[in-house]
Amino acid sequence: MSLVNTEFIKESLNNNVRSDGRKLDDYRNIEIETGIITQANGSARVKLGKTEVVAGVKFSVGKPYPDTADQGMFMVNGELSPISNPNYRSGPPSPESIELSRVVDRAIRESKTVNFEDLCIEEGEAAWMLSVDIYPMNSDGNLFDAGVIAALLAIKNAKFPEYDEKTGKVAHETRTKKGVKLQNVPVMVTIAKVGNKLLIDPTFEEESIMESRLNIATIDNGNICAMQKGGVTPVTNEELKNAVKLATNKGKELRKLLNKY
Amino acid sequence: MAGKSETPLVVKGKRIDGRKANELRKMTAEVGVIPKADGSAKFSMGETVAIAGVYGPKEVLPKHQTKDDRALIRVYYSMLPFSTTDRCRPGPSRRSKEISKVMIDALEAAVITEKYPATAIEIHVQILNANAGTRTAAINAASLALANAGIEMRDLVCAVASGKADDTVLLDLFQPEDNFGQADLPIAVMPNREEITLVQMDGDLSSKEFDEAMKLVMDSAMEIYEVQKAALIGKKENKK
Amino acid sequence: MAKKLYVKDKDIVVPGQVLAEGMSYIPSGKAIRNGETITSTVVGKISNKGHVVKVVPIFEKYAPKMGDKIIGKVVSMNNYGWTLDIGVPVKCELDLREGSQSFIETGKMSQFYAVGDLVFVEIIGNRNGTFKVSAKDRLYRRLPSGHLINVDSGLIPRIIGKQGSMINMLKDESGCNVVIGQNGYVYVHCDNKENIYRVQEAIKLIGSDTTSSGLTEKVKKMLGGKK
Repeated sequence: MSLVNTEFIKESLNNNVRSDGRKLDDYRNIEIETGIITQANGSARVKLGKTEVVAGVKFSVGKPYPDTADQGMFMVNGELSPISNPNYRSGPPSPESIELSRVVDRAIRESKTVNFEDLCIEEGEAAWMLSVDIYPMNSDGNLFDAGVIAALLAIKNAKFPEYDEKTGKVAHETRTKKGVKLQNVPVMVTIAKVGNKLLIDPTFEEESIMESRLNIATIDNGNICAMQKGGVTPVTNEELKNAVKLATNKGKELRKLLNKY
Repeated sequence: MAGKSETPLVVKGKRIDGRKANELRKMTAEVGVIPKADGSAKFSMGETVAIAGVYGPKEVLPKHQTKDDRALIRVYYSMLPFSTTDRCRPGPSRRSKEISKVMIDALEAAVITEKYPATAIEIHVQILNANAGTRTAAINAASLALANAGIEMRDLVCAVASGKADDTVLLDLFQPEDNFGQADLPIAVMPNREEITLVQMDGDLSSKEFDEAMKLVMDSAMEIYEVQKAALIGKKENKK
Repeated sequence: MAKKLYVKDKDIVVPGQVLAEGMSYIPSGKAIRNGETITSTVVGKISNKGHVVKVVPIFEKYAPKMGDKIIGKVVSMNNYGWTLDIGVPVKCELDLREGSQSFIETGKMSQFYAVGDLVFVEIIGNRNGTFKVSAKDRLYRRLPSGHLINVDSGLIPRIIGKQGSMINMLKDESGCNVVIGQNGYVYVHCDNKENIYRVQEAIKLIGSDTTSSGLTEKVKKMLGGKK
């Protein structure tokens, strides 16, 4: 509902100045807390400027899919919850919510950070299902990057509950010392295109005037593992290449931060 | 509602978390936690954590639901999937829809709706962590969020549940007690007016036990009010 | 009947809190009478003079009212006038005949205000829930592209200062054009872009300052002279 002066923001961007004084390729201040939800098997709370996202991991046991009988299951669910922004409507998940869920899911799944074979309990019979739920508490832009960081750190601090192989029952209220081993650290960098400028980590205000958006996830060795373009305006091959370079370099910085948790 | 627990829940007047029968769990409260909202608050009772965000007064959509002489109060209560022992599926369940409905009545009694004709006031509450007493924590958070939004109220609303476990009437049951609960009585009250705005009950209580359970709640209402008051006074500056 | 005052001047109170008992006390501001007692309906500060117990709200969302001078953005227009977004979810319209002192032809409307333009206007009425504004007086006009700072509408009096002391100082020290909208927006326009952000920092300082003395001097020091 806040008034936004589009013209002025675009003018300022031409001079490489953003409303909050950041450079075009700066992230906002990042704050991280883990293990904050006692009922969850793993959890994390991430603040990216004023954007705040909470992610929780829950384990359950189920029958593996027939074509991946020796692997566990993984699912990311995210939502643009109306509590976090006056522009988000209540009701069944919007296309934007579904896009958020699937983009974050792909960044983590395709990075192979979790080895799904590690989740197997008994081939063809029982395997762990890892569910990650991501909920914004305050949406001030870039739920994608905040979501990926929160999801990853929630998985990192998650511990399996006790599982009785004889009865097939999970004691959900317990906590073993065993967690999920992670290899690779996927990092997502979201870039907003405004005019011919590429902005990293857009605020809600910047998202409301951007012409298109690029989410680019990279892994430790600098390879790209997931990408998504959003928004109507096309990008040139040159812009895409620049965005990828930008995201890969920025990703390295972010990864250093994440490795501390 | 299950039977008796294997280990006693109350021994020599002490509960397994050290509380007496008439003691509330430790509460924390904070306002202004959602900058995008017109008012917001986080309220926890023991390990149960509720976050509320208020949007409004604003235009009513769809238009035909507009009340010309007062505000329309809407409540959306939900439990986040990772908040419960067994993951709960995202999306509104019948239980959360019912809780949303009783919360409207519980809070509308306190809001001076005539001050905001032809508008809507939307209250969103999410349970981040559930350890029994979720709807009462939700009401406490919502009440604070409304005050944080500057919406005129006759009084704050304070809620807590009393119940029975191990044949003992107890205040503010937590999950280990609630798992063997023989009765659950969530109550919301406007403490300065001593007016009750929410009553729900299920289980088995004798007339005497019911009186005991009500006394536990009414005697603790002011303690909840003081926690809410402290949160509102503590963060009185510009919330942007 | 009991006659008692439970609060004193400058106390912070919350909804439902009993402020006084007795019919001789007079509720004012956001205080109401409930039988013998006077209670507060909001989180606010007590202003007590004699038997008047007034509650001045601390948290307040902007509520448009007659006479308010506000900043809006043109979101659409038709032959009857322009529709404005004023940052709160209410309908707001500037009729063609209120657009300016001079006569405006329907074909030339964009020359005055085009979609996307910022305008400084006054609220002159409310018809069926739609707020009507006017730009007829010389004071009101289109604001050329500038920075819009969103603030709590309760902060506006402090940004204006006693008899305009604060806003005049902000303008002088920064060399910028500063226009204040009572709907919680401060417009800043400057040839020197850097000064715009210094004004923004000054406003942040005003917002976070809880003392009541020497603020104008503090902010002046912060701005430290035109560049």
